Amino acid sequence: MTHFVAIPSEAQMAPLLGAYREVQWQRRRTTLLGAAVLLLCMALAWMGGEVDLAKFWAGLPNFGSYFGRLARLDTDAPVWTDPGYWFWGWRRWGLELGQTILIAYVATATGAGLGIAGGVLASANLVPSAPLRFVVRRVLEFMRTVPDIVFALVFVVAFGLGPLAGVLAMSLHTGGTLGKLFAEVVENIDMKPLEGVKATGGTWFAQVRFGVLPQVLSNFASYTLLRFEINVRGAAVIGFVGAGGIGQDLLVAIRQFHYSDVSAMLLMILVCVIVTDILSEKLRHRLLAMEEGR
Amino acid sequence: MSFSAELLHRPGIVLPPRRGMAMPAAIIVLATLVYVAAFPLLGISLASLWNGFSQLGLILGLMLPPTAGGHFALYFDALLQTLSIALLGTLLAATFAFPLGFLAARNVVANRVVHLLSRRALDTVRSVDSLIWALIWVNVVGLGPFAGLLAIATADVGALAKLMSEAIETADRRPVEAVRSVGGSRFMEIRFGLLPQIMPIFASQLLYFFESNTRSATIIGIVGAGGIGLHLYEQIRVLEWQQASFLILMVLVTVAIIDAISQRLRAALIGRRG
Repeated sequence: MTHFVAIPSEAQMAPLLGAYREVQWQRRRTTLLGAAVLLLCMALAWMGGEVDLAKFWAGLPNFGSYFGRLARLDTDAPVWTDPGYWFWGWRRWGLELGQTILIAYVATATGAGLGIAGGVLASANLVPSAPLRFVVRRVLEFMRTVPDIVFALVFVVAFGLGPLAGVLAMSLHTGGTLGKLFAEVVENIDMKPLEGVKATGGTWFAQVRFGVLPQVLSNFASYTLLRFEINVRGAAVIGFVGAGGIGQDLLVAIRQFHYSDVSAMLLMILVCVIVTDILSEKLRHRLLAMEEGR
Repeated sequence: MSFSAELLHRPGIVLPPRRGMAMPAAIIVLATLVYVAAFPLLGISLASLWNGFSQLGLILGLMLPPTAGGHFALYFDALLQTLSIALLGTLLAATFAFPLGFLAARNVVANRVVHLLSRRALDTVRSVDSLIWALIWVNVVGLGPFAGLLAIATADVGALAKLMSEAIETADRRPVEAVRSVGGSRFMEIRFGLLPQIMPIFASQLLYFFESNTRSATIIGIVGAGGIGLHLYEQIRVLEWQQASFLILMVLVTVAIIDAISQRLRAALIGRRG
């Protein structure tokens, strides 16, 4: 069977085409306007950022050769020819790396505690008091917005140089970020189990323990693990301001151009970060499987 | 059999099943033990906590009221520099991440080796913190904001490219096939079949990165790579607490403003195309 499609005449098409062009033009105008604003911002930023292409081109070979130098020992031999000499400080660096992971661990756990407290207090379905919620939310926001290194800078003065300052700084920042995520999880739970516990005469605590916790636990755990991965990276540099971990030695080595030490430490940090990432990813998948198995 | 008799015979109905609980319980006990043991290992004692918190109380008192100490113009300039670093760093990262994302996407580049290698390389770049990159770039292009923006760009390329490749992989195949079926070239398939799908995702991811980079750019000055971080570092070093708290406030306000703007833009982007 054959179908015939009527082709509209020029006169019929004209308004349609006109409308189409109009819409298209409007979209293009928005895009162009956006591009113009972006270009303007870029030009301003170009000046503000003191971008100097000449300096960049002059420095670029330097960047390449920097990695070349990272791969050479003081004796100018490639690092892999003498691993014993390359990793001469492995005992010290290993201990510091262990400290780094411990800082990340303690800070993540403490931060998760803060986050649970903050998250529960900040969620509208569990805490009826609006002013309390408002205050808790602002506090969490503050903890989240100030970078952990800035907290560490202040804490190093108060608590002295060492891991304590780093642990506290990262705990605060972690508490802020996790608190927000936890609050979102808690606000999206099913309220019926809670009502069930309430109906049998359970206290507020019992409602949270038996009505809320089973629903949120796996989410909380996987967010916390994710944060742990981030904190391991963060703890490696928090030593830059003297707050413990491998960062301090790394900073000194980079500043004093001990190239092979830099590459050795970077390699150790990299391995450590990648291993934690893989382990925590495995754990998170297990958690997810548990969640789906219920 | 009545319901209560049923319960008596099958405690499993009311009690949670016991099997499978040993593993989680062991993990929890172990985790707690490590946590408790960590404090002496890190040299943290109750006395040090107590002393520190009383010191901290004193410092917080000294921070009030925050003042610029007559350096407002200087600090504002540094703040603009911080924003410049964040903006240009993000855009530079995007420029490199865009093609890299295509390379790392399984459905664009079908070669397994290329795919695997590019993924690994991106992961490695991602694992190094922007502060470390900043130190390296300072060695290359000297102190100043330029080193900072290069550091932000390098640190972000990996993560952005990875997100980009994931967006490409989850994109709908049908528009691409449609373009192919009307005789479009490989380039046209990507331009008209893939790009319209991933551009909004990519743009909103970029906005997220810009937000987070604004935060990173505030601290990158600590290692001399430009921005407001340098002043913050110096003011804390010389114990000028009022100025330090003023700088922290400036950062907080800026981050809040950037967050608000980028939220609006993101909503507009997704709304316009979706």
